[in-house]
Formats: sequence, C-alpha cells, structure tokens
Amino acid sequence: MTLTDYLVPALLYVGVFFYAAGSLGLLRFQDAELRLHALTKADNVGLGFVALAAALHWGSVAAAVKIAAVWLFALMAAGATAQLMARRAKTSAERGSDE
Amino acid sequence: MTLAFDMILCLMIVGTAAAALLMRNALAAIVFFIVLGNLLGLAWLAMDAVNVAMAEIAIGAGVTGVLLILTRQRLMALGDDLVSAEMPGWLRTGALVACAGFAALIGSAVLSVAPADDLGGSIAALMPGLGIENPVTGVLLAFRAYDTLLEAFVLLGALVAVWSLAPRGAWPQRPAALALAENGGHGVAAAFGRLLLPLALVMAAYLVWAGSDLPGGAFQAGTVLAGGLIIAAIGGAVSWPRADDRYLRVALVLGPAVFLIIGLAGIAQGRFLFYPPGFEKALIVAIEYSLALSIGVTLALQVAGPPVAPDHEG
Repeated sequence: MTLTDYLVPALLYVGVFFYAAGSLGLLRFQDAELRLHALTKADNVGLGFVALAAALHWGSVAAAVKIAAVWLFALMAAGATAQLMARRAKTSAERGSDE
Repeated sequence: MTLAFDMILCLMIVGTAAAALLMRNALAAIVFFIVLGNLLGLAWLAMDAVNVAMAEIAIGAGVTGVLLILTRQRLMALGDDLVSAEMPGWLRTGALVACAGFAALIGSAVLSVAPADDLGGSIAALMPGLGIENPVTGVLLAFRAYDTLLEAFVLLGALVAVWSLAPRGAWPQRPAALALAENGGHGVAAAFGRLLLPLALVMAAYLVWAGSDLPGGAFQAGTVLAGGLIIAAIGGAVSWPRADDRYLRVALVLGPAVFLIIGLAGIAQGRFLFYPPGFEKALIVAIEYSLALSIGVTLALQVAGPPVAPDHEG
C-alpha cells in the first residue's frame, strides 16, 4: 500500500461528506437562497475533493489537467445557474407567485 | 462492488423514468427526464460505450431538456395550463400493453445477439485501412457512411419542418430571441454566455479532432457547439440570424453538402461513398468538421424555433 492508496479513498469520503451536507441543506433550509447556497457551495467543494481523488487515482499530469478543467466548468455552470435561479426566486416572491 | 453500483444505477434509472412519467407537474416531469438522460449516460459509460454516453448526455438530456423546457414556457405563454386530461381506463391499459410488448420485443432482440458474434473483431480487422483508431467513427463515416449521410439530411429536414411552422408574415424573419429580461439575471447570463461560447468552439473542434482516434466525433462536437450557441443566445451575447441569411444557409448545408459531394466523387472511383486509398482520414476529418458545424447550427436553430414576426419578438 502506498500513500496514494490511502489518500484516494480518504479524499472520496471527504467529497461524499460535503455532497451529503449539501443535500441535507437542500432538504432542510427554508427558502430558495439558503437552499441554493447549500447546494452550490457544498457540492462544488465535494466535487473538488472527488476530482482530486480521481486525478490522484489516474496519476498523470494530462489527466489531472483535464479533471481540473471539468471541475472549473462545473464551478462556472453552478455559479451562473445559482445566480439565475436566486434572482428568479426573488422576483417571483416579490410578485407573489410560486413559479 | 461493481454489481452493487450497477443495481443502484438500474434502480435509479427505473425510478427517475417512472417519476418523469407519473409527475403531474410538467416542470418536475421534465427535470426527472433530464436526470434520466444523465443516468442513462452513466449506464453507457459503465458499459465502456463512451461515444454513446456523450451523445446521450449531450443530446438526450441536454438539448432535449432545453427543448422541453422552452416548449413548456411557450405553451404557458399561449395560455395552456399544461394539465393532461384524465385518460379512460382502456387507453391506459392499451398503452401499458403496447409499451410492455415493445420493451419485450427490444429485450428479446438484444438478447438474441450472440455474445461471440465478434462484430467488433471484424471491424477491428478493417480499421487499419482507414488510418483512424476510433471504431465508432469508422462505422459512422466509412462502413455505414450511407446511414450517417441520411441522418445529416434528416436533421436538416427537421429544421425545414420547424421553419415551415412560421406564422403568416413572419417568414423569413428571425426566431424569437431567447435572451433573459434585463431584471431577470440578464447580466449573469450574458457574462456566462460570452465566457462559454468560445470555450464551446474550442471544445467542439477538439472533439472532432479527437474523434478520429478516441471517443468523440461530429455529433458530440455539434451538440457542444449548439449548447454554446444556445447559452450565448440566452445571455443575449449572440442574436439569431434571419432565416434567409446567406452565411446561415451555408453553415446549415455545408456538412450534408460536403458529405454528399465526397460521396458522389467516390462514384468516379467506382462506388458511391468510396474514399480513395491514402485519403481516407483526410476526407473523414473534412466531412466531420463540416458536419459538426452544420449539426451545431441546425440543433441551435431547432431549439430557437420558427421565425416570428418582428413585432412579436422578445
């Protein structure tokens, strides 16, 4: 067993913990802004740890750079959609509709 | 471990499919349909069918999902409350029997393929003559090129069908703009669209190039391009061209035309769609790049919908 053999599962568990925390927040928080906050922030950190584990598992710089790009794309998409959904939720709340 | 993963994935696929079917709320049903597409993509990935996985996630979940959400939005704008009428019992039973029979038919057809028929082996034996290494691209662009050529024309025909729905007085104007309203997150969507479109162009070019030897190809690249165009349009970073725009027409027809011309030129060598020896890879890559552009633009415009009269725009 090398250091990597311990590190990969450990990183995966940390990633899953953040995903679980994000999902719990999505289920338990009261309004849209709080739920989005839990979902995007915690899940992006979780994905980061899973990506780190995957990069270590494959162990080549080329694979690591591609995985890092995947993580960055996910960050950008999550950030942009969270902003859009929060604004939509806010304008809907002001109008008093549930849509 | 792998068995447990497969079982959980199967349960999630069946569960999301049932949810998408049974949800009363149209938006919730669409969301479950998109999740279903992504899970199916994971299932293809688990079977090492990376090309199919990419196509399923990009087209099955991505573009179809956007299309369904836009359809819902347009139906609601027309005053449709999106509540389906209660169906009579015989219709439900009939649909159940028909779908179950169809599923059993497909299942038996798949199971009747002998695991040892070695179709992969016979294709692998032919691949060295093409100069490319991705067997899926080999099948799509060489061994079954005729099917792919027809598919390219079907996609174009679908756009012609969408355009033919243009209301009186709207032809040949632009499709309705997808851009968000100024107070509805326009700035965020605009920045995201401007950031994503160039990245999508690079990614599409890479996917075609990689598609010769690795998973990828014209359809995956075209969908990435379409996704970039749609997101840029939602942000208002690009606006749809008029339906009679000369450059648009060229972009739409380029892929099928290049494919057809190269195919017809093959007749001079003896056979339709014959690639002269030594030029296989160059011709396949040329066809794939032009196809990717045409597929991307065609898919984006299919999502955009038929042209609308200028006073109805926005």
